[in-house]
Amino acid sequence: MLKVTFPRMGHSYIAFKMLLEDLGNEVIVPPRPSKKTLDLGVQYSPEFTCLPFKILMGTYLEAIQMGANTLVTSGGNGPCRAGLYAQVHQRIIEDLGHQINMICFEAPLSHPIDFLKKVKFLNSSKLSYLSVWQAIKKGWHKLKALDNIEKLTHQIRPRERDNGTTSRVYRQAQNWLGQASTIKDIDEAYQEAVKSLNNIPQAQDRLIIKIGMVGEIYVLLEPASNHEIEEVLGSLGVEIERSMFLTGWTKDNLNEKCNEVVTCHNAAKPWIPVAIGGHGQDTVGHVILYSQRGFDGVIQLAPFTCIPEIVSKTVLTQVSKQHNIPILTFFLDEQTGKAVWLPDWKPL
Amino acid sequence: MSGTTVGIPRALAYYLYFPRWRTFFTELGVNVVTSKLSNRQMLDDGVKEALAEACVPIKLYFGHVLSLKDRVDYIFVPRLYCLNGKTLFCPKFLGLPDMIKHGIDNLPPVLDTMLNNRDKGIISRRIEMTKSFFQLGEKFTRDKVRIVKAIYNSLKVENKYCQLLHKGLLPNQALEVLDGAKVPEKLGKGSLNFAVLGYPYHLYDDFINVGVFNKLHRLGVNTITTENLNSGLLENIKHNLPKEMFWTFSDRAYKAALHFFKEGKVDAILYVTAFGCGPDAMVYRMIELEAKKYPHIPFMVLMIDEHSGEAGMSTRLEAFTDMVRRRKELGACLC
Ligand code: SF4
Ligand code: SF4
Repeated sequence: MLKVTFPRMGHSYIAFKMLLEDLGNEVIVPPRPSKKTLDLGVQYSPEFTCLPFKILMGTYLEAIQMGANTLVTSGGNGPCRAGLYAQVHQRIIEDLGHQINMICFEAPLSHPIDFLKKVKFLNSSKLSYLSVWQAIKKGWHKLKALDNIEKLTHQIRPRERDNGTTSRVYRQAQNWLGQASTIKDIDEAYQEAVKSLNNIPQAQDRLIIKIGMVGEIYVLLEPASNHEIEEVLGSLGVEIERSMFLTGWTKDNLNEKCNEVVTCHNAAKPWIPVAIGGHGQDTVGHVILYSQRGFDGVIQLAPFTCIPEIVSKTVLTQVSKQHNIPILTFFLDEQTGKAVWLPDWKPL
Repeated sequence: MSGTTVGIPRALAYYLYFPRWRTFFTELGVNVVTSKLSNRQMLDDGVKEALAEACVPIKLYFGHVLSLKDRVDYIFVPRLYCLNGKTLFCPKFLGLPDMIKHGIDNLPPVLDTMLNNRDKGIISRRIEMTKSFFQLGEKFTRDKVRIVKAIYNSLKVENKYCQLLHKGLLPNQALEVLDGAKVPEKLGKGSLNFAVLGYPYHLYDDFINVGVFNKLHRLGVNTITTENLNSGLLENIKHNLPKEMFWTFSDRAYKAALHFFKEGKVDAILYVTAFGCGPDAMVYRMIELEAKKYPHIPFMVLMIDEHSGEAGMSTRLEAFTDMVRRRKELGACLC
């Protein structure tokens, strides 16, 4: 029996869990990254790889301890390190003596056969292709619902009257969505969540500032890797807007057509005219778009030694001056991690 | 436009492509100026100007540009994207002109020619490169024939340069030969043979790696590097990875390592890497894991950083060489 796990990035695990279960697998939900995850990851990763690599290394090892024997992840052809994560992870895990299946999905349009083979491998219930397709669509639907709810919390949280209400309701909403198993259930849970969030008592006279979040995808999406920066800012009365969501990003990477990214690349053209790997170019483009939309500032999150974000950060100093928008950059590494990492975080 | 000077920083891709670039520019009547050999001052300046999180070679590149910028009319910082149709360069190469243009004040105009033939076949690859250089040439002359001739001659020189490298010369020696020096005598006088691997600008910048080659040669070690191998040979090396290393230099280094391990002729393999290098963090672990399969060939990683000390480096190299030598003698007695 396949016991499947996958990288944990924010709340996406809720949708992936459902999808893989629909295909008939036992799913080992990757544990939320903790200090233990990081310690494990650091111990077995090359010293100078980027933080996401280390956290994922730790996550995989933890999941393997919990019984996982199949790791599902995505590849990509770089030119950044993430495209090589899977094979280096696999080598290290095997070197430690674990037998695992590493299923690394590449962009389906350029590797269609490979894609189908891997789907087949994971299709333990031997569903028809149509049913697989429906399962994928449903998973996507759930992921979109989760993303939309998160976006809503970004607006509600800074305005909440009682500190912490939004986060509490948000976690509840995640649970509802986690239990929803049909499109109809998902829609209902979603409506319910939106209602509950909108019902949170708001403080009327608070001065709200608006900050855009840009940077590397993993540290943007996984709150455990960035010290819950979005929650912290929100409770300080900052409305944030994150430039990246899995449902926004996957779409773009899978079929290259997504209006928002197109304009963001256009905006970046005068500064970084070509794609440089990772999200370096997007970072610059989004900063400019945020400034045009009148945001008060931008925060850039990047793992320490992150190659493309180093390029974009070098350029951002000038961008900030010319577009008159303050930018604060955080390079995150295992040291910054340790101090603030919450060791025993539990969903409420 | 005679009398124009173009500055070429003696760093990063310089070690592989300088002969070609220089020939191209001089054929168009442009003066080529390079920065000096890397030195402490340049590194310090670069460290000040570049982002703290950047890798050492990028900081050094900043230093080279700074030392050139007031002496030249243009600075040549090409955007090396993809040269062989397949592998790309590190994202910092892809964004190098941008980092330089927006990271250093008061620069002369930057020539940021895009060199990209990703996913192109063998012929369209040539056409693409010719186009790029043609556009570059048009900045300096209207004489199209002259540009074409310059491109042709630059390729000829590059060919010659590569031949010298394949004979076993180091890039700096090969450059001297191109400039008229005699081909140095056969280099292999030592009793040990090491493969020394790593990105060209880690290996061939004597300042940043504190003279690895000189030290090894003095210890009686003959060296061979990736650049000494025929490029056809590298391309044919099979590996068992699900996916290619998609960065040019990493791919070359990894394949060269496989070649030397499999061939089994060298006494040891050294890998030189730089502090803060993104791709290498993955690559040298892959090579390390590979090395485990060949326990009879000692393998060591040397890391260079902003403060690499002469003494520390010497001690490590001596200890390693001693170990290899003892092993070899022991092995010789046993059989
Ligand atoms: S974008 Fe940054 S974090 Fe992601 S693989 Fe590249 S270097 Fe690592
Ligand atoms: S390959 Fe490594 S050393 Fe070279 S520019 Fe990229 S990060 Fe720096």
